[in-house]
Amino acid sequence: MDQFLQQTFSGLAFGGIYACVALAVVMIYQATDHLNFAQGEMAMFSTFIAYSLLHHGLPYWWAFLLALAISFVGGVLVERIVVRPVEGTGVLNEVIVFIGLLAIFNSMAGWIWDYTIKPFPSPFPKHVPFGITFVGPHEFGVIGVTLVVLAAVFLFLRLTPVGLAMRAAAQNPDSARLVGIRVGWMLALGWGLAAAIGAVAGIMVAPIVFLEPNMMQGILLYGFAGALLGGISNPVGAVVGGFVVGVLENLVGTYVPFIGSQLKLSVALVLIVTVLVFRPSGLFGYVVVKRV
Amino acid sequence: MALLEVSKLEAFYGQTQVLRGLSFTLEEGSVTTILGANGAGKTTTLRAICAMVRTSGELTFDGQRIAGKATESIVRRGIAHVPEGRGTFVRLSAEQNLRLGAYARRDAAGVEEDLERVYGYFPRLKERRGQQAGTLSGGEQQMLAVGRALMMRPRLMLLDEPSFGLAPLLTEELFRILGAISRERQVSMLVVEQNASLALGIADQAYLLETGRIVMSGSAEEIGKDESVRKAYLGY
Amino acid sequence: MAESKPDTRRLAALASGARLSRSQVLGLVLALAGAVVLPSFISDYRAFQYTMVLIYAIAVLGLNILTGYNGQFSLGHAAFYAIGAYTAAIMMEQWGIAYYWTLPVAGIVCLVVGFLFGLPALRLEGLYLALATFALSVATPQLLKYDPISPWTGGVQGVTITKPDPPFGLQISQDRWLYYFALAVLIVMFVCAWNLLRGRTGRALKAIRDNPIAASAMGVNTALYKSLTFGVSALYTGVAGALGAIAIQFVAPDTFNFYLSVTFLVGVVIGGLASIPGAIFGGLVIVFIPNFAEQVSKAAPWAIYGVFLILFMYFMPTGIWGFIRLLYARFTRGRLATGTPRATHTETAATNAKRRNA
Repeated sequence: MDQFLQQTFSGLAFGGIYACVALAVVMIYQATDHLNFAQGEMAMFSTFIAYSLLHHGLPYWWAFLLALAISFVGGVLVERIVVRPVEGTGVLNEVIVFIGLLAIFNSMAGWIWDYTIKPFPSPFPKHVPFGITFVGPHEFGVIGVTLVVLAAVFLFLRLTPVGLAMRAAAQNPDSARLVGIRVGWMLALGWGLAAAIGAVAGIMVAPIVFLEPNMMQGILLYGFAGALLGGISNPVGAVVGGFVVGVLENLVGTYVPFIGSQLKLSVALVLIVTVLVFRPSGLFGYVVVKRV
Repeated sequence: MALLEVSKLEAFYGQTQVLRGLSFTLEEGSVTTILGANGAGKTTTLRAICAMVRTSGELTFDGQRIAGKATESIVRRGIAHVPEGRGTFVRLSAEQNLRLGAYARRDAAGVEEDLERVYGYFPRLKERRGQQAGTLSGGEQQMLAVGRALMMRPRLMLLDEPSFGLAPLLTEELFRILGAISRERQVSMLVVEQNASLALGIADQAYLLETGRIVMSGSAEEIGKDESVRKAYLGY
Repeated sequence: MAESKPDTRRLAALASGARLSRSQVLGLVLALAGAVVLPSFISDYRAFQYTMVLIYAIAVLGLNILTGYNGQFSLGHAAFYAIGAYTAAIMMEQWGIAYYWTLPVAGIVCLVVGFLFGLPALRLEGLYLALATFALSVATPQLLKYDPISPWTGGVQGVTITKPDPPFGLQISQDRWLYYFALAVLIVMFVCAWNLLRGRTGRALKAIRDNPIAASAMGVNTALYKSLTFGVSALYTGVAGALGAIAIQFVAPDTFNFYLSVTFLVGVVIGGLASIPGAIFGGLVIVFIPNFAEQVSKAAPWAIYGVFLILFMYFMPTGIWGFIRLLYARFTRGRLATGTPRATHTETAATNAKRRNA
């Protein structure tokens, strides 16, 4: 039982990270109707920036906040400069641009900081409060931080006028323009937020998987899977999906003996795809009724 | 000086030209209607004013050039467009739709006042304020669209076929309310309609559009009495 | 007039690509001639590179049939390429069968597997299909390394394949022979695809892509077509995989990963979506752009590659073939043009319209 709890909470910790990535993916998706394949690499790049800040002597939480701010601005700039020219020209064209961004971020990170694996510090105290034993201190901290970040984003989207405008711009850009919403800037804002959330995910996961340019790739996949499992049209669903995927991955890896780490990823994905075949819009997504 | 001045307006969808040099004016405080059959270019005219299609020509609102500007900055000058198809934010609630109309405004107290006023004109919307807008009926969504436009406290409202898809009784009521709004709130209106008799009922000025050109213009009364218009558009 | 009826039909056929105009036939003949004489002027290694161009062109055409003509998004074609490659490897090295038999077998195996994959995929749309095929790509290397089947697949190390000799004692190098072999296969497969896509089947596929509800309302058996398209698309990519294995003489699990699937997609889009000639350009892009990128910057070649991808999308959104068609149309229209386009308040209105039409 103890091991089950441990694996579940460990899964939840990773789940929190997947949930962050899933949320970032959903935000850009709701704003642009497309999955940003470069999300993981942007998060990794942000983590490297935090790494550099730390090495310049900045205290952890200052480096954390500054990295978030830089990522936010970076996301806005990427949307305004790189993505804007292809907006509206077709799904596949945008996908190719995202792939290009992916290649650029990955390669630049390797060029600037090289490919050696680096350790990344954890900011959390060595002992878990309330005498909990089934989850490690860093994992506990990760769950806490990601919940706080996700809650902040939800509140922003649901309660503030700008959040409402962002959702409106994403759902119906034409009507949004007609009420004076600057749709282009809402999109840029969405990218900025997504980049910041991704940075949180990267900084939280780096102590566990160690920092190197390819560290986010598996995580991005799980993030996508979580977003789709929960329902790409539903931010809450995406977050839940992320947590489910985290727990699922861990439990499958631990309890299904002949799988081991080789096939863990494939099995988790197969399970998710199976769910999707029976519920094509994800667990919490709603079906968009198509009128001809 | 007229509130809206349109001069030699041309509009294109891709390579196809739809408006061929429209020129007309709209006086402040008046209701003007543009009549015409399907495909005449009525909707395109409204969209051209809001820069939603490729245009050339002169467009002046309140003395300032608006041609070539972005939609969102044109509407912020006081033009509210009730589009064809209502343009509802279907996943948001009715009230959220209305509040979005006030997005660009800074006077919170005025916004609350206007919200109550909209609910006064459209009590049905008040009943359904928390309901998801996509689940409202066609007529209710039309009211919602008009309400959202009102929330902008516009000086000019552009209405694109408000009668479309609505039952006759509902349409009459809607036009009655539009007339009331124009008088009580001093909102100028440019109404594009296929239903000529309804439109002429509330309009001061009328223009007849055929294949992208104005072929007739005058007061609503004159146009309504004209033989050819009566035969072609009013059915008698 | 009696003239006008056949004229309209002819115009429509020309427009849809069902018939080739005189200039198109001329272009085709020139390209073929060029392809045939090419190996005589280049080194063996270059011949190998161009063989890979042809092979990737076949794979890209396969994906294009599915994604470009039928609108089904796939990030999983590396799996079919892998199946084709391993089929060839096993047949040649384990069972000693001649290399040319591996192609039809690889094709049929992939047709079946693709069709079977296409069946549950019917339930998935757009993104969800992308994820499912993504899962396929990710699973492929892992499955290939799976211990129980390693006696056949060679496990992590893979399988080495002996290069075939030219037949009939022809006095050319193995590389050049493979080039001609691949070229022959390409011509056959491209003609088949052209035939398939220009008739009723092609129209059905495009109808399903553009408006599936309307298509099925008109009596098109959407489910059957979509699954079959998956199968045919897999067939093409599988044949390419078999050829690829023979040309490279080596198969190993880690090469058939997600990045290969992405590479095919890049070839499809940059070459030209929903176009047959585009596949050739796709092959050229896949083989030569990474090389070029490395020449530009040894330290961060993939960054240059990424920049190329983005620039292509800015300047040639319809792909290379689409761009060529645009140029051709401009030049031929130039003879009939009556004036320069008017200056319009284009910028935001056009961008708005584009967004709406996407």
